[in-house]
Amino acid sequence: VLIVPILFIIAFDELKTDYKNPIDQCNTLNPVSYMIKNSSLFTFINNFCYLVLPEYLIHAFFCVMFLCAAEWLTLGLNMPLLAYHIWRYMSRPVMSGPGLYDPTTIMNADILAYCQKEGWCKLAFYLLSFFYYLYGMIYVLVSS
Amino acid sequence: MSAPAGIPPRPAAAPGGARAPAARPRAPPCRNGPVQSQVHFPSGYSLNPENYSAPSTHYPQVPHEAIPSQLDNQYIADYHSACYSVPAQSVMTHSIGPGMLNTQQLYGGAPHPVESSGGLLQEAVSSASHLHTSVPQSYSAMSSHYISSTSSSVASQGFPLSSGHYAMPSVSSAVYPHLSYPAMSIGSPYRQVLTSQSLPAVGQFKETNAFPGQSTIVPRTLQQQVTLGYNSTSWSTSDFQSAQENLSRNHTGSVAKASNQINTVGIVDSSHPVNQNVQFTKPGVETSVSSVVTSSVRTPAADHLIEPASVPSSTQPPESLLQEAIDSSSTTSSASPVTNNYDALEGGGYPETDSATSSPAPPPQISRNTKPFGYGYPTLQPGYQNATLPTSAMQPSNPGHQSGFQQYPQYPGVNQLSSSLGGLSLQHSQQPESLRPVNLIQERNILPVSPVLAPVPNLNSDLRKLNCNPDSFRCTLTNIPQTQALLNKAKLPLGLLLHPFRDLTQLPVITSSTIVRCRSCRTYINPFVSFIDQRRWKCNLCYRVNDVPEEFMYNPLTRSYGEPHKRPEVQNSTVEFIASSDYMLRPPQPAVYLFVLDVSHNAVEAGYLTIVCQSLLENLDKLPGDSRTRIGFVTFDSTVQFYNLQEGLSQPQMLIVSDIDDIFLPTPDSLLVNLHESKELIKDLLNALPNMFTNTRETHSALGPALQAAFKLMSPTGGRISVFQSQLPSLGAGLLHSREDPNQRSSTKVVQHLGPATDFYKKLALDCSGQQTAVDLFLLSSQYSDLASLACMSKYSAGCIYYYPSFHHSHNPTQAEKLQKDLKRYFTRKIGFEAVMRIRCTKGLSIHTFHGNFFVRSTDLLSLANVNPDAGFAVQMSIEESLTDTSLVCFQTALLYTSSKGERRIRVHTLCLPVVTSLADVYAGADVQAAVCLLANMAVDRSVSSSLSDARDALVNAVVDSLSAYISSASNLQQSTLIAPNSLKLFPLYVLALLKQKAFRTGTSTRLDDRVYAMCQIKSQPLGHLMKMIHPNLYRIDRLTDEGAIHVNDRVVPQPPLQKLSAEKLTREGAFLMDCGSIFYIWIGKNCDNSFIKDVLGYPNYASVPQKLTQLPELDTLSSERARSFISWLRDSRPLSPVLQVIKDESPAKTDFFHHLIEDRTEAAFSYYEFLVHIQQQICK
Repeated sequence: VLIVPILFIIAFDELKTDYKNPIDQCNTLNPVSYMIKNSSLFTFINNFCYLVLPEYLIHAFFCVMFLCAAEWLTLGLNMPLLAYHIWRYMSRPVMSGPGLYDPTTIMNADILAYCQKEGWCKLAFYLLSFFYYLYGMIYVLVSS
Repeated sequence: MSAPAGIPPRPAAAPGGARAPAARPRAPPCRNGPVQSQVHFPSGYSLNPENYSAPSTHYPQVPHEAIPSQLDNQYIADYHSACYSVPAQSVMTHSIGPGMLNTQQLYGGAPHPVESSGGLLQEAVSSASHLHTSVPQSYSAMSSHYISSTSSSVASQGFPLSSGHYAMPSVSSAVYPHLSYPAMSIGSPYRQVLTSQSLPAVGQFKETNAFPGQSTIVPRTLQQQVTLGYNSTSWSTSDFQSAQENLSRNHTGSVAKASNQINTVGIVDSSHPVNQNVQFTKPGVETSVSSVVTSSVRTPAADHLIEPASVPSSTQPPESLLQEAIDSSSTTSSASPVTNNYDALEGGGYPETDSATSSPAPPPQISRNTKPFGYGYPTLQPGYQNATLPTSAMQPSNPGHQSGFQQYPQYPGVNQLSSSLGGLSLQHSQQPESLRPVNLIQERNILPVSPVLAPVPNLNSDLRKLNCNPDSFRCTLTNIPQTQALLNKAKLPLGLLLHPFRDLTQLPVITSSTIVRCRSCRTYINPFVSFIDQRRWKCNLCYRVNDVPEEFMYNPLTRSYGEPHKRPEVQNSTVEFIASSDYMLRPPQPAVYLFVLDVSHNAVEAGYLTIVCQSLLENLDKLPGDSRTRIGFVTFDSTVQFYNLQEGLSQPQMLIVSDIDDIFLPTPDSLLVNLHESKELIKDLLNALPNMFTNTRETHSALGPALQAAFKLMSPTGGRISVFQSQLPSLGAGLLHSREDPNQRSSTKVVQHLGPATDFYKKLALDCSGQQTAVDLFLLSSQYSDLASLACMSKYSAGCIYYYPSFHHSHNPTQAEKLQKDLKRYFTRKIGFEAVMRIRCTKGLSIHTFHGNFFVRSTDLLSLANVNPDAGFAVQMSIEESLTDTSLVCFQTALLYTSSKGERRIRVHTLCLPVVTSLADVYAGADVQAAVCLLANMAVDRSVSSSLSDARDALVNAVVDSLSAYISSASNLQQSTLIAPNSLKLFPLYVLALLKQKAFRTGTSTRLDDRVYAMCQIKSQPLGHLMKMIHPNLYRIDRLTDEGAIHVNDRVVPQPPLQKLSAEKLTREGAFLMDCGSIFYIWIGKNCDNSFIKDVLGYPNYASVPQKLTQLPELDTLSSERARSFISWLRDSRPLSPVLQVIKDESPAKTDFFHHLIEDRTEAAFSYYEFLVHIQQQICK
């Protein structure tokens, strides 16, 4: 039950790096050639779009699992994030496909900073909950 | 399946299903796909058989690729040989005379003693102006070429810096063949051309050779105004203004330099305000020049000293042009069809005014070395001061001068201060004018009588002279606060307002094999870098020390070696580079234009097709482009129609694709055709189009599929798509539904639907942007068309948006006229393709947000598929690290684009501003207009992302916060009154105007599309136009006098004082003109003087004036002449010619007029006084 967060973290780490890299890339994009690698930002946005929804779904899946296992405390810890995810997805910009980030506004300094902060906070949360789940699992194994 | 000619123009419907997937036609013979029908032309069109012959003209094919420099000449010659007056390049003294005729130039060299026996004459300055009739883009070429003609003497290079350097003439032009120096900004650079160091040594040499060290060069540049695009007749005449500078030097040991600026006026199109400055300078200049001449010229050079300006440009000295001359002249076309007199105004005159304003500076200041970063100008000899005298002397003689040139204010306080202090920080001992406290509530007449000017940064005069023109580049705070904390304390927005691709009348174009840039931050070398020594320079943005490349050591201007600080790049804050192939990812694209036209019933009924086709026919030859220019047409209703215009067809073929769910191109290659090869077919099509759909009953509009098709058509090359749409798209992808509730139009509560309903258009725009295609939208609709969604197609692809509410060709002649004028400008204005713009700023500053039409590709890079001269941008900045270690900050925008001639060019603007540490200084440097424009941009974002009422609150808070911060910072003021620094005294007024602007107003009935359009304009208009939109100018015109009038092209333009926007200023006895940027209202009071109505409007009395009057008749009376010259002067100052509407006191249209009287109270909004009281209450809270 509790092993999957690893995957999750890896996925999110990936997400994280995916997220960080293109930005840095854009910042330091070789200014010699003015013509930019057109693709970098676009691919980044696309990747990101594809990763957002799985993340949310996996997290929702975990919540359901906790619910089934009657892990009320864990569920309680995860509820705020779930609620946040739902809110976030409801208030996403007008978009036909799945996704959260609008390539035309992502470069706005405020939005960018917000997304980055969000990423770090979530990473910390997932990391902590991963160890908590690990602890829980070992505790269960040992005590049984 | 082609319909026989003669049947109704189009088949009723195409068998949509006919397209089998595999049978997607790829070649004409394959007809089982789309229906092909011959376009049937009304008989009149088929009458000109001779036109069907293949295009006879030969258009040289130019290789696509980057054109090697050698080819350049060829290339250019091909295009321009017809009529361009070539910069004559004088190689030898004797060759000069006749060759120079058409250059209208005062040879800078004139004063140089030239000794023919010595065999060298050195200056070849020339400028060419060629106006093309055949090339849409008229070249205002100003080039001066500095080619050192070599004498018989040594051809050596790499002179030591010492006296030997006078032998310099021997450095032949071949050394730096690609450096062209067009249109240097007139004043300053040349004055500093010389170093005094070598003078003593050379004295002797000079005497004998008559070769002044300075003779090295004096290029003068001719600057030329091209006809305003609207005036086609003048294309072929030499209608330009030449502004020249004369550097005359007398080398008799003592260095006496006189530098004059001369403007000679060409035959100027009468509508040009350009020459207003010229007028006054002329007399003074000529005299001073001639005196110089007599004193120093000893050679026949005098022949060409002053050429009459009226020499037709077609005279061409055939052989005297050197290759480089050709090269340079063609590359220096800076502003093509300069339709913009506004630009002409400042562009033409600014250096001059500049120098005039700075000339009063006391002599010590000039030689003072106050440059930061150890940048030292070459020491200026005492002669320098003399040099400026003539210019300054001119000033008093021209009373009209200052008033005409509002752009260059003299800020007495600041000016004086900086000149006395060397100007990096304000001294509090003497409070500058901009800080004078103004009691807003008591001050009744807050609006100045003359238009508001941009504040001048408080820099020392050297830097100020070099700084970027405020029309291109403006900052909301001309004194940058040192830290973010200080900025927060000031509560003012920090940002830049850019107009990077503005039509310029003079622009140095540099063709150099290496473009010198900082190695770490890639900043282009600019006037604000510091030279550590001869070989190294320090970047002013990242402070890295860079080497000066070998080539840069040579100065083609002075033909001297080892003076990198005198290169044009370092003498001008606005320069244009011809980029090498390093700056291309692919060969420069040709100009490609695609027109997507709505031909549904609604559109046909409105009758726009006739206007568009007619206008395009007239301007077909003026479309910017070269021999590769391509053009295509797509029309749509419920199906999409393509037009095969392949050369060789007898008439255009229409291909109909009715499968709009999966749109495809019926033939791959003959839909976008070469403009020149298929010109006759195109003309036929344009003549036929308006009548082809007259009986259509199709009411649906498949805009989305048509756009997808257009994208497919354009994606291989990139270019411009012009979309004409007349209703809500109702079929296929991207269909929209009406979202507006008419009952909510005047609601004071929530305004919804300001954002797009679908992301189809945004995605399409991003795809287009990725393929270097811009989409321009012309929306001509009478009903709601969801501009909020449609506008996305232009917003993110760097296009532009035009909106003509309730357009009808006969019922609404005002809009029809406006469309006509806008189209003319649209077709003929300059265009840049596949552009990117990067904005760099000094370390510590960072870019927060961009505003405008573009796609942001990275934190400092905008991707602009097309860039046009009417596009403005705004940038919000933030201060990330405090700027403690520097006293100056710089901003640099670099716009890389492909010109319509297939050249890759980089236009670089650099702005330099001082850093201050005290709050008072921050307020002193506030630029209220720029701040208001930036706030307007921010408010648009806010109203889309949050809500309109949020945005309105934010605007009010901006005023409240900044004024309360000011009041609390100035402790000696009474806290109870509403005080503003002089620099911000108009802030509340402008913000109130914004709140009453269509975009942000509430409580007044505003259609959603109108509101959204106003928002789009706020985002994309450059500052000057935006300010008129926000706060129109009101003049009383029934009593125009010549008092304070300025002279433009021999016409007297009266300058009535600005009136405040309040009904209290309107009297029934008067007539008033309101200048709202895109429209002029003339309001006539009930009891208006009959003589005015008779003399100006041409009607016997008030009652007989019709309700819809859109033109002033040309009457032969003094008052009519004054009124007309004033209006045309206002008109000339902007690219889109505004329409005129005469409003009688009782006509229904007067509500429009009264909405603009923003100082008055309306049911839903404050009056100005109430607004002030409201602010005061907020502050006291």
